[in-house]
Amino acid sequence: MSVMFLLIIASLLFAGSFLVAFLWAVKSGQFDDKYTPSVRILFDDTVEKGSKGTPPAPETNKPTT
Amino acid sequence: MKTDNKYFSDTSSLTTGACYHCGLPCEETSVSHADKQFCCSGCKIAFEILSENDLCQYYRLNDTPGLAPGESQSDQRFAYLDDETVLTKVIQFRNDTLSKATLFIPQIHCSSCIWLLENLQRLNDGVLSVKVDFLRKEAFITWDHAKTSLREIVALLSAIGYEPQISLESLDSKKSENSNKDLYIKIGISGFCFGNIMLLSLPEYFDFGHTLSPAFQQFFRYLNILLSLPVLFYGASGYLKSAYKALKRRAVNIDVPLSIGIITLFSRSLYEIIGGSGAGYMDSFAGLIFLLLIGKIFQKKTYDTLSFERDYKSFFPVSVTRRDENGETSIPLSKLAVGDRIIVRNQELIPADAILRGGNGYIDYSFVTGETDAQARTPGDHIFAGGRQDGGAIELEIIKEVSQSYLTRLWNNDAFKAIQDSPLTNFANTISKYFTAAILLIAFAAFFYWYPQDVALAINAFTAVLIIACPCALALSTPFTLGSVMRIFGKAGLYLKNTQVIEILAKIDRIVFDKTGTLTRPQQSRLNFVSLNGLPELTEGYKSFVKTLAKQSTHPLSQALYHHLGSAECEIIEAFEETAGRGISGAVEGHIVKLGSRSFIDLQDGHQNGAAAAPEVFVSIDGTPKGYFQIHNPFRRGLEKMMAILRKTYQLTLLSGDIDRERQHLQPLFGSGADLKFQQSPQEKLDYIKDRQSAGEMVMMIGDGLNDAGALKQSNAGITVTENLNSFSPACDAILDAGSFSRLTGFLKFSGTAMTIIKLNFVISLLYNLVGLSFAVTGMLSPLICAILMPLSSISVIAFATSATTLLARRQGFIAGNPAPATTAFNNGGISK
Repeated sequence: MSVMFLLIIASLLFAGSFLVAFLWAVKSGQFDDKYTPSVRILFDDTVEKGSKGTPPAPETNKPTT
Repeated sequence: MKTDNKYFSDTSSLTTGACYHCGLPCEETSVSHADKQFCCSGCKIAFEILSENDLCQYYRLNDTPGLAPGESQSDQRFAYLDDETVLTKVIQFRNDTLSKATLFIPQIHCSSCIWLLENLQRLNDGVLSVKVDFLRKEAFITWDHAKTSLREIVALLSAIGYEPQISLESLDSKKSENSNKDLYIKIGISGFCFGNIMLLSLPEYFDFGHTLSPAFQQFFRYLNILLSLPVLFYGASGYLKSAYKALKRRAVNIDVPLSIGIITLFSRSLYEIIGGSGAGYMDSFAGLIFLLLIGKIFQKKTYDTLSFERDYKSFFPVSVTRRDENGETSIPLSKLAVGDRIIVRNQELIPADAILRGGNGYIDYSFVTGETDAQARTPGDHIFAGGRQDGGAIELEIIKEVSQSYLTRLWNNDAFKAIQDSPLTNFANTISKYFTAAILLIAFAAFFYWYPQDVALAINAFTAVLIIACPCALALSTPFTLGSVMRIFGKAGLYLKNTQVIEILAKIDRIVFDKTGTLTRPQQSRLNFVSLNGLPELTEGYKSFVKTLAKQSTHPLSQALYHHLGSAECEIIEAFEETAGRGISGAVEGHIVKLGSRSFIDLQDGHQNGAAAAPEVFVSIDGTPKGYFQIHNPFRRGLEKMMAILRKTYQLTLLSGDIDRERQHLQPLFGSGADLKFQQSPQEKLDYIKDRQSAGEMVMMIGDGLNDAGALKQSNAGITVTENLNSFSPACDAILDAGSFSRLTGFLKFSGTAMTIIKLNFVISLLYNLVGLSFAVTGMLSPLICAILMPLSSISVIAFATSATTLLARRQGFIAGNPAPATTAFNNGGISK
């Protein structure tokens, strides 16, 4: 049964490593902005070449007089 | 102005030709380029910049994501960014190659904005990286200062419609670090310790057969002590410090009985474990701190983009154009000295009291005094700070420093100096006094009752009372109730500075209103034409003459005429002339049209004496007076109904900077006995509130402009009404979205409801305490009972606080059914498109 001492210490250390990870995340500013990264991840990385003026105009656009 | 419209105009603008860049309707001034329509040259330039750099993805993420950059102005206005003293304030970090700065860009409103700004390096290769914080509307920019300068970056941002707002205020005070970080860490550590202590305590609780070997028992208990140390010294440090501070001032706040409970809980556990007499209450202790910290963060709802502390500095420009023998230079406002000659162009602010030296001043003081009519000034006249020039450039000689000017002197008043050291008036703190006394009384009574029989039992009972009566339920119910209310209010369009405001709102006796911009909507005037002496109504043709002429002038009344006359415009206009303060004239298609005051059109018969009910513009065509337009500032929707309800409960007052021409309309709204005061200076408004407060009243002020700043600050609860949440609002306790104005009665009523919930919760926690105390006084408080009773009372209090608040909010129409108008203003353009 005395292996329990070792196991409990080990489990505490293991849990502690998650605590350290959390503290690191807070300190490195990962909780500062909880919104923008959720949008940023959806952007394409690639640069669209030759797209000058080609995007389809919104349907609501009507020529003015 | 165009930028503002974007936020509030609905999508109906798309039915006409919409600008490809910003989506505003294209009028006759529109320009087209590459098969696309643009409402102005600014939008076209922005499109060109983007398309030349392969950034058209901007338009694909959202339809018409842009904001009109506005009239192209001279790049000279950013010249102040070359000034070293300004630079050192803006730039946060600089080494040999890099500079870093955070710029506030209020135009950020959709995912396209994030995308474009974060690709800024493709427009200027000196920019190394840009990181956008959407909620704060900030861009963190890193650039190579050998290749580019901040001035170039700001000019570029401005050209593509994202002009950063660099104000004096943001220069003077560095932003405080995100204080939530500290709280997150505290919660993380306390939560970790709490969870592990809980696990290590379980064997003890379920050891019914007494099979746990003493070695394990000791091991678990000492580990618990170890784990509870960070909870006491780090997690609970805020409460202990606050209690110590209160005691030093000979006051009692909620943290005092709380700290007594915390310390007793910890030291008794320590004593039991070390003395070997028991397992202690470390799990209850850590759980209590953990829950308290959760409550703290729940209460700490903040609105990132809103600022409740702005003063005139954020309203004033950072730089001014000074004219001296070397020509015109742009200097930071802080360097402006008495005697300087400055140039103020159209729509620029006058930063300090000055004398007009050149040009015709046409000063719009609406934001400062609440007066709607712009005032004409001629050279030699005195001009007060805070006005906005409406017309050509003028030259001014500064006669007072910025901080000593008429308007800004208000900020030297005591109301602004008083350190906001809250005088502990909230419910929890008031009740703590009696609570603490009662607990100590019971604890000592138990102690002296048992003392003659058994000393150990006496100490046991004494500490047990202090532990069980710890007002954790009270300490939890306030943050959870008020935190929920704050969120509910935020969704409904009232943004509170902190939860304390709710308690004040529940106690208000008198409500003081400002008029212009608060009760009336300045941008939405209504016209009606009154013809003279039985003459017929203006014909459509004449109306279009008036519209054409009115377009030529920037006077607010002319602008109102131009925008609200539905007629067509005429092409030809000649001999346009503006006589400042009197009127305008011109020849439209050969007809001489005059618009202006009664005397301007040579109207002799005075059919009406005294002040008119609304500003009037007289019209004469070909020398014949035709009649006049009345321009009404309509009251906000639902105002009458709201005032009828408010009249019953509160005393109402009106403090307006305007002249009293609308008295007869306003008096019935406020009730016959109410005080209506007109032509009030900012100082007089402040003094009125002070006077009412010294009569023992709790005063709420509702205003909008700088002229209300003193009154807002002095009042117990200052609420700013704003059409655009991103625009300037003076220092206040809460910001009310103009769209939610008519719900004011609901907000006030619900604040009262919230206080009732807190009081009910207090009763619930008292019941728990009674049960606990009956165990405690006998000295028979086992750790197990403590471990069940304490979390149970805490959790039920939290559950009651949040569910009762949400339920009642739903019943009073704050949640569901009523779409919140405020969210549209925040996320206009829809990030979720």
